[in-house]
Amino acid sequence: MWTLLQIELFKISKRPRTYIAFIAIAAIVFIFQFAFKADGQSYMDLMLQSVKDSFELEKTKAINGYFMCYIILNTLLIQVPILVALIAADSISGEANMGTLRLLMTKPISRTQLILVKFAAATIFTLMLLVWMAITALFASLLIFGADDMLIFRVKGEDSQILQITKDDIMWRYWAAFGYATVALTVIAALSLLLSIFAENSIGPIIATVCIVIVCTIISNINVPIIDKNVKPYLFTSYLVGWKGFFYIGTNQDGAPIKGSLENWPAIRNSLFILIGHIVAIVGLSIWIFNKKDILS
Amino acid sequence: MAAIVQVNDLCKQYKNATAAVSNLSFTVNQGDVYGFLGQNGAGKSTTIRMLLSLISPTSGDITMFGKKLSTHRSDILKQVGAVIEKPDLYKYLTAYDNLAIFAKMSGLKITKALVMDQLQMVGLHDRAHSKVKDFSQGMKQRLGIAVALIHNPNLVILDEPTNGLDPQGIADIRNLILRLSKELHKTVIISSHLLSEIEVIANRMIIIHKGKKIVEGVVNELLDPAHTVIDIQAVNQADAVQKLQASCWASNVQQSNKLQLMLNKNAIPTLIQDCVAMQIELQGIHTSHSLENYFLSLTTQQGHVDPFTN
Repeated sequence: MWTLLQIELFKISKRPRTYIAFIAIAAIVFIFQFAFKADGQSYMDLMLQSVKDSFELEKTKAINGYFMCYIILNTLLIQVPILVALIAADSISGEANMGTLRLLMTKPISRTQLILVKFAAATIFTLMLLVWMAITALFASLLIFGADDMLIFRVKGEDSQILQITKDDIMWRYWAAFGYATVALTVIAALSLLLSIFAENSIGPIIATVCIVIVCTIISNINVPIIDKNVKPYLFTSYLVGWKGFFYIGTNQDGAPIKGSLENWPAIRNSLFILIGHIVAIVGLSIWIFNKKDILS
Repeated sequence: MAAIVQVNDLCKQYKNATAAVSNLSFTVNQGDVYGFLGQNGAGKSTTIRMLLSLISPTSGDITMFGKKLSTHRSDILKQVGAVIEKPDLYKYLTAYDNLAIFAKMSGLKITKALVMDQLQMVGLHDRAHSKVKDFSQGMKQRLGIAVALIHNPNLVILDEPTNGLDPQGIADIRNLILRLSKELHKTVIISSHLLSEIEVIANRMIIIHKGKKIVEGVVNELLDPAHTVIDIQAVNQADAVQKLQASCWASNVQQSNKLQLMLNKNAIPTLIQDCVAMQIELQGIHTSHSLENYFLSLTTQQGHVDPFTN
């Protein structure tokens, strides 16, 4: 298995399309950083408009590396599934398209092994994307904008909130958020892998993955009780933005933030379990289908 | 000779389609170059894919190296090398990388010398570090064969290996297959839709049509000179037919309207002498084999001669 995984990673590293995702992330992050460096104050004025009299904070310090990373993650983590699908949806369909799938399957490796290796490679690619995001969005932003306490703007039901996290309480939250995002995006990778089994070129599975994510995300955002109760809990998209939970700091009875705490850890934990359940189910289904498939291409 | 491949009552029925392979049985012995002949769509590729477990049979058994393929797939495939139709490889990788990857997949501990030796064998050592996307069809085919042979398999399966090759490429592949058989003592299964190709390479062969076995046997016996078909063109065809039917060759005349005879190849000079003696003005003589004619009749769906069976 280890040899197969090495081979798979070698193949991914040699394909030009692999680097499209990394370039796209770097470009988007750079644009954000440039825009905020040039005119971040306007953004902050707008966000703090309603609370400018009651909230004590130096606005110049509010735009810092941690805040920038949070803003970038909010935007990027919606787009990253497309970048993950670029590689994961090519896993089997790309081999079928090149004609190498039949050659692969004449070698003494089982179909289950191949699916597991393809899934592992897609997961590692996803992880590498997030590491790259951490490097560009977090560490580069800290270098450019410096470190300070972080403000989080949050809409909770009908209310808007601004949370403040002290700078010595932030970094672990980012590590946890990136870890959660890895699990969430691995669901996308698994879904793309499953769809790639049915296709003979990667365009179909990429588009299908994106369509499923868009449709499920829309459903996840419909606020109708019947959907809230019967549909949303089963959609993986309802849990994709669960990483934000690591930035919702717990408060005491007086409403003061408690350092190192989370507002709702059980909800985050349950979301993680549900995402992992999706991964296991989708990969299991992929193995079952691929083992039954006649390889004609 | 020990049986390397034994296929019994193999069937493959695709959904909503006629049977691609029906009750096919055959045996490939150790050291055979076994020709798998059939027109396009006859079921050759489907059978070969079932031998390589790319497709699961609807029913029937495949035993290779004394083990059931359905239960010992990995063990069996360690001893098999294959090129299926086009030799599709990773175009964005070099010849060396492609070979190294597939060698590792076969469980080999690769060395640079091993890979280069294999490239040398197929004449690609000087292009080891060129990307496959820059290769000609013939070079890809040779690299595909190198990939199939890198782990020193006992059985080599080649599905239409000369498709799309120029005459030199075809000759190179033929020579390579003959070398595999004669010098390296490999068992080879080669599929083709060309009898002429199988005739010069294989020692045993099977012809399949619409998924069913038509004939199987030793090539030299199936292509026995006694079953040579002679087509005669004369200036006056009707007169020639009359004269031959009145002569000692009457029993050899197969189709009088076309003046076709079946006889032993060795008797052709005597036939020509007799034609001259009977004052038949010959314009041309074309020789072929009854099996070849039968095979052509399958391809063109015209009944030239009766089916050749053993």
